[in-house]
Order: sequence, then structure tokens, then C-alpha cells
Amino acid sequence: MKTCVDGRNMVALPMILASVLGELILGGKTVDILIGLQRNLIDQQKKKRAQQVRSSIPAMNRILATKAGSNVYRLRIPWRSFSNDAAPKLSSPNAGDPVKGSEAQQYDIAIVGGGMVGLALACSLASKPLTKHLNVAIVDSNPALGRKNFIKKDDLPDARVSTITPAAISFLKDINAWRFVEQHRHAYFDQMQVWDYTGLSYAKYNARDADKEILGCVVENKVLLSSLLSHVQDMDFLKKIHPSRLTSMSILPNSSSSEVDSTSSMTALFTHGRLAKLELEDGSSLYAKLVVGADGGKSRVRELAGIRTTGWNYSQNAIICTVEHAVENHCAWQRFLPSGPLAVLPIGDKFSNIVWTMTPKESSDFKSMTDDDFLKAVNHALDYGYGPHPTSGILGSSDLFSWLKGGISSSANDCFEIPPKVIKLASERMAFPLSLRHANDYASKRVVLIGDAAHTVHPLAGQGVNLGFGDASSLSSVISEGIAVGTDIGEVSLLKKYEADRKPANITMMAVLDGFQKAYSVDFGPLNFLRAAAFHGAHHISPLKKSIISYASGEMRLPLFA
Amino acid sequence: MASSKLLSQPRWHRLLRRNLPNARLFSGLPSQHPVSVPEPQNHGDPKSNNTFKTASSAPSSLKEAELAKFAAISDTWWDSEGPFKPLHNMNPTRLAFIRSTLCRHFRKDPLSARPFEGLRIIDVGCGGGILSEPLARMGAIVTGIDAVEKNIKIARLHANMDPTTSNIEYCCTTAEKLVDEQRKFDAVIALEVIEHVADSAEFCKSLSALTAHEGATVVSTLNRSMRSYASAIVAAEYLLHWLPKGTHQWSSFLTPEELTMILKRASVDVKEMAGFVFNPITGRWSLSDDISVNYIAFGTKDTNEE
Repeated sequence: MKTCVDGRNMVALPMILASVLGELILGGKTVDILIGLQRNLIDQQKKKRAQQVRSSIPAMNRILATKAGSNVYRLRIPWRSFSNDAAPKLSSPNAGDPVKGSEAQQYDIAIVGGGMVGLALACSLASKPLTKHLNVAIVDSNPALGRKNFIKKDDLPDARVSTITPAAISFLKDINAWRFVEQHRHAYFDQMQVWDYTGLSYAKYNARDADKEILGCVVENKVLLSSLLSHVQDMDFLKKIHPSRLTSMSILPNSSSSEVDSTSSMTALFTHGRLAKLELEDGSSLYAKLVVGADGGKSRVRELAGIRTTGWNYSQNAIICTVEHAVENHCAWQRFLPSGPLAVLPIGDKFSNIVWTMTPKESSDFKSMTDDDFLKAVNHALDYGYGPHPTSGILGSSDLFSWLKGGISSSANDCFEIPPKVIKLASERMAFPLSLRHANDYASKRVVLIGDAAHTVHPLAGQGVNLGFGDASSLSSVISEGIAVGTDIGEVSLLKKYEADRKPANITMMAVLDGFQKAYSVDFGPLNFLRAAAFHGAHHISPLKKSIISYASGEMRLPLFA
Repeated sequence: MASSKLLSQPRWHRLLRRNLPNARLFSGLPSQHPVSVPEPQNHGDPKSNNTFKTASSAPSSLKEAELAKFAAISDTWWDSEGPFKPLHNMNPTRLAFIRSTLCRHFRKDPLSARPFEGLRIIDVGCGGGILSEPLARMGAIVTGIDAVEKNIKIARLHANMDPTTSNIEYCCTTAEKLVDEQRKFDAVIALEVIEHVADSAEFCKSLSALTAHEGATVVSTLNRSMRSYASAIVAAEYLLHWLPKGTHQWSSFLTPEELTMILKRASVDVKEMAGFVFNPITGRWSLSDDISVNYIAFGTKDTNEE
């Protein structure tokens, strides 16, 4: 009796975990990230070491200058506006206005990276009463940011898409950006089917299992970007877009004992540590109280701030492309194949997006084969390829889970379906290597990282951009709370609140996705059975199904203890 | 659970003159600690505004060394990851209470980034200026006073680094001296001070005298309860060493009833009270109804009785 109970417990945890994993993976993906992330690792380590040496000198605890030594930098700061006498009578203590007549401009916040997450932060700040007065600069060299409405409705769908969770949709609605998305192509879906190549089991989810309308919405990244941009351009918000790249960043210590004794250096004292200085490729420079690194997986801000990352590359590539069906697709599909999952996501009209994970060698084959061969391979993989169709009787009906059953979930009787056939390739095929990377810190003095700069996840999850929107939402709330109580928005203690808010959520999601990737990278009898059991349980146990859907929707933090 | 608020607050020095014996107060402090050098005070030397001159006639070479020292000290005081981390941690919670009560009382827009625009506020026992600066950023015209000259220097040095705080008026003086000068403020704030003064009733009278007609007074302190003894003295001073031993004398703490009463006698009518509780898991403070350890009271001046 006792062993029996123990045995069940041992099965239960991996089962629940695996089913959560199964669900999440189906989400979708953001693939415009994660290339060659280890590039700067060695440089960073060197820099870090140099920094450690510097930080041992008490008065200079943090100096992040790329090219020049810290002393040189300190003296060079061309900050004349606040002289000894002028400072007390500066009549606009708001400091929100850029300083006129100076070659450098001063902002409250400089967002480096005008991608989806960076723009979402700007929109979110503009939507809050306490932060809408902030003076914000966006630094990005993407020429699209200077244009209006850069997408046309008739374009074929772009292969780079994101699956937006209901939680992220409500965030985008709050910041008034979702209405722009709805004017363009997007596809809500309310069903998902997950199955694997062993034919042992499958799971089908329906939004109504969790009393929801939808499970998510698939949107092209360019649609998201242009929607956020239209909103930024429409807003009555102090912002400026600098069409350039960041070359260096310096943040000086709060004050320096070696300088206070001479009057001339008082000028420098005023700015020491109170503003970060950014230098751009076009030769201009700007100052900000807070620098937000929203510049993606290869974040320059993260590198310049000396923040290290932890992570690894998977020996897997993802092939992404747009395909066309004969009929409209309303369901998200995912099948686990021996070398990785294949996902088919609806993106509106008769189009779907494909993300197929495989070994690098396979990916080069699949990328170079003819369109017809590729379509055949996709249809084969979604049907009888690699193994039989699953049937629900294989695990001896639902006896195995009778002890856990809270009631048969409403979609448990939905039968396994074969996805609609793919008839045409609608875009070129692109291949991306997969990797996982997480910044050890999200915040340091006057610097904070959001989105892929802080965490690059397995792209198949589609959680990448959702986690990024979560970051933007959290950071703007933290800044707003800080302003409410008169905090300097670059204070580490304030920024650490954002880190404490987001890090556990992001790490959980990354661990789930990574664990999932590993669970499916092994083809081993008992493990296959366990996976099948997980699917089976997830399919039949209604409370579990509900919590899986809620977690995948971005509404819950802990998948296991709802 | 709450640890002493005082760990955060090196405010125990202001009003040094009437304080507990210095030796007791500062015995356990590290030498570079901002409050560790209780030199003989030149109480309230008001001419120290905007200069770093000390009242003593030290040779100029010494002055430079002093300045360097203050700068280094200032770094420690304001290092949010340093020894004063608990203070920085608690500050937003105190400010949240002050923000909400003052906005209501003065009918200011709580959705404004600078709701205190136009209000004259005095921070009695400002220490390094950790409360004064946020108040200035919220728009107030702030005066910070502290009986310890060094604290004032540090506060001024730090505030001058940011144009949004450089207009704070810092004075090394006492509340009583300002009463003599007949200064009045819309709001008088004295956080974590009253438990260190010799005569709390007199002190409350001074706070009241500084408060303008229909103004507000905010006072925070430690309750005299078993829990405050356990957390503020046993835990914070002896077990965790967050505070030097002897920082607090439990018997000199005031209960909320006593504080309300002595404020009432000083014509300040306590309208609202809240407790601060520390969550050891998140490491954050929050406002609560639990006033058994740290608490803050907001009162308005009852001018009829004056």
C-alpha cells in the first residue's frame, strides 16, 4: 500500500510538469532574436574583472566606460548647466525639459532599442498619470521607426510571428495599442492539439475548459511593432527617437572625495552619479536618469553595464516559414517528432506559420530542398510520418488517473484530428539556432534590462515577447510607484523591485521550457510512456487542464499550485 | 517580525543636547559611520548655510580633509545597498503614508507627480536628507534640520548634486530655535525622533508651534509593547546587529495612546495612524493596521485651542 502511494507521487510531479511543458510549447514563437549570443562572453569577462578591480576603490564603485579610463571620463563630462551658484536657483526643478543650448540632451529615461518591448514600455509610461510627464528618448537605428504605417494589408504574412497570451493582450489593451493590432491581420485561436510521434497519446485543449474565449492570438511581429509605433507617434508624450546606435555608456559614482576640494570640479560633482551618459554612433550624446536596455538578446546596454549572463545553445535549429492551406485554420497544432517539435499556428486568412525544430544538419537539408518536397515533408510529419496516430485507449483508459480526477474535462471527448493539409509555401524558409540566455542581474545603478536583453528563451514557446511585455508592464508600474514617493528613478533600490517582481516569473518559464526541451530530446521507452501519461492526464483531468491553460495564458505565476 | 525602524534611522542624534548620553548612543558604530563622531556640538550654528565651514576655526588644510571625509560618508549614507539599506527600504512606505494623508488634507491631486507643489514642509531630524529629498521631488519647499552638523553637511552635499533637490534648505538647528524665530510650515514631519528626546511633551509643543494654521503634523516612533522590545531591541540591536546596542531605551518609547494625548495637549489632533510591518521574506515594509511596533501618526493643528 505504502509503495503504491509513493509510486504515484513519483509519477505525479513529472507528469504535471511535463504536461505544463507540453502546453506551453504549443504557444508559438518569436524568432527575431538569439543569434550568436556567446560572441561577447569573453570580452565581458575581461571587462568584469577590470571592473572588480575598480570597484575595490571605494569612491569609484561603478564606472562603465568603454573606451577611456574612468578618470579621463570624469573630467570630460561637458555638463555646464549646473554650476555651483546656478544649482540652487534652477527654477524648473522638474528637470523634465531637455537642457537647451547644450550639445547633449537630458532625458528622464533613455530606452535603448525600439523593438516591441521597448515601444511597449514607452506606451505604458505614457498611459500612467504619474509617468506621462516623463521625458523619454528612444534610441534605435531601425529606419522603420521614422516612418508611419510601414505595413500594407495585402502583404503576405511575415514568417516572424508571436503568439500573444490573453494576459499580454490585456496589457496591450491597457496601453491602447491593441486597437491598432486589430486593424491588421491577426488570428485568435481557441483550440490547441498536442500529440507526439509515438502515437501513445494526445491532448486537446479548448479555451472553454478554462472558461475563456481564446487561448491566444497570433500576430506578425511587424504588425505589433507598427501598432506600438503608431501609438507612440500619436501620443501626447515627451519623447524623441534617436535614429542611431549606442556606442558607449558611462555612469559615474555618486561623488568623489578626490574632487570636492576644488571649486572647478564642483561642476562635475553635480552630475556625478546622477545621470548616465550615452554616446551614439552618429556622434551625438545624451544624458538620462535611467537607461533601459530593450535592445534584444545581444544587448549592448547589458554588455556595457557589465552584466553577465548564464545560458547555453541547444544543438537545434528552428525553421520558420508561412504556409497556405486550402481551408482556414483556427487551431494551434503541435506534434513532437524525434528531433524536435513541429508547430503550426494560424495567422489569419488561410495562412499558418510553421516552426519546426530539428538538428542543424536536418535544418540545412529542409531549407535547401524544393518547395514541393518541403510541403510534402510537412504534411507527412503532421500525419502518419514518424509514427501512428494516437488513440486514447493505449493507456488502458483513464484508470491510471482515477485517483486524481476532479471530473472529466469538457473537451476530453474531442477526437484526435489531423491538421489541415499545407498546399503552398507563402514565404522563404528561415533557420535560426536555438539558445537560452538569462542576465544574472536585471538592474544596476541607472540601468535596467527588459525583454530579450534580460532573458532569451527557447523561441518556440512564444513566451519571449510575452515575458517582455510583462517586464515592460512591471517596470512602468515600479517607476510610477517610485515617482509617487519622490524616488530618483535611477536608484538601484527602486529598480531591484522590478527585478524581484520579474525574475522569478521569467526563470520559472525558462526552466519549464528548458526542461521540456530536454525531456523531448531523448527517445527512450519509459520516458516516452511518462510523456504519454502526462499528456493523457492533462487531457482528462479538468482542474489540471484549467491550470495549464491559465499558466500558458500568462495569468498565473505558479503552474502547479493553482 | 518588524525590526526596528530605527535601523533605518540615524535620526537619533538630532536634538543631541537633550538626548541620552552620547556614549551610549554611538558606542557600537563603525568609525566611518556618519553618526559615529559625536563631537561637541555648536548647537544650531545657522550661518553654516551653503558653505562647508565648520564653526571651529580649523586650518584650511584640515577643512579639505574634512570635506573629503564627508563626501565618503555621504556615499555610505546614500548607498542603497550599503549599511543604510534598511532605511532606503523603509522610506517609500513612510512616504506613501505622508503622500496620501497630506494629499487628502491639503486637497492635492494624488495623481500628480508633484502633488506637494507649493507646500512648505519641515523635516525635523533630517539626518542625511533621505526623507527631505523625496519630499522635494514631490514638489514641496523643504527645510531639513538636524542638530548634528555633520548630517547637515552630508545632506547638503548630496542634495546639491541634483537640481531637483538642490533648493532644499538645510540648517543645523533645533525645532525649539526655529520656534523662537517664529518659523511656520504647512507640514511638520518628525520621523523616528521623539523616542530620543528628553521631554517628548515639550518636543510636541515645538512641533505644534512650527505648524501653520490648518497645517499638518506627522510623527512616527516605536510603540512600547512586548513585540517592540523583542524586535527593536533584542533582535535589531543584539541578534541582528542592525543597530548599535543601546540605541533605544524601551522605557522611553511612547504608546500610540500616549502620543495622541501629548499631541492633543499641544493642540494637534491625531486623525490617522498606521503601522509599518516588515516582511522578512520579501524584505519589504508595508503599511498596516498593526501599530504594535512601528507606527506613524498624522494630525492637524487644532487652532481653536491655541
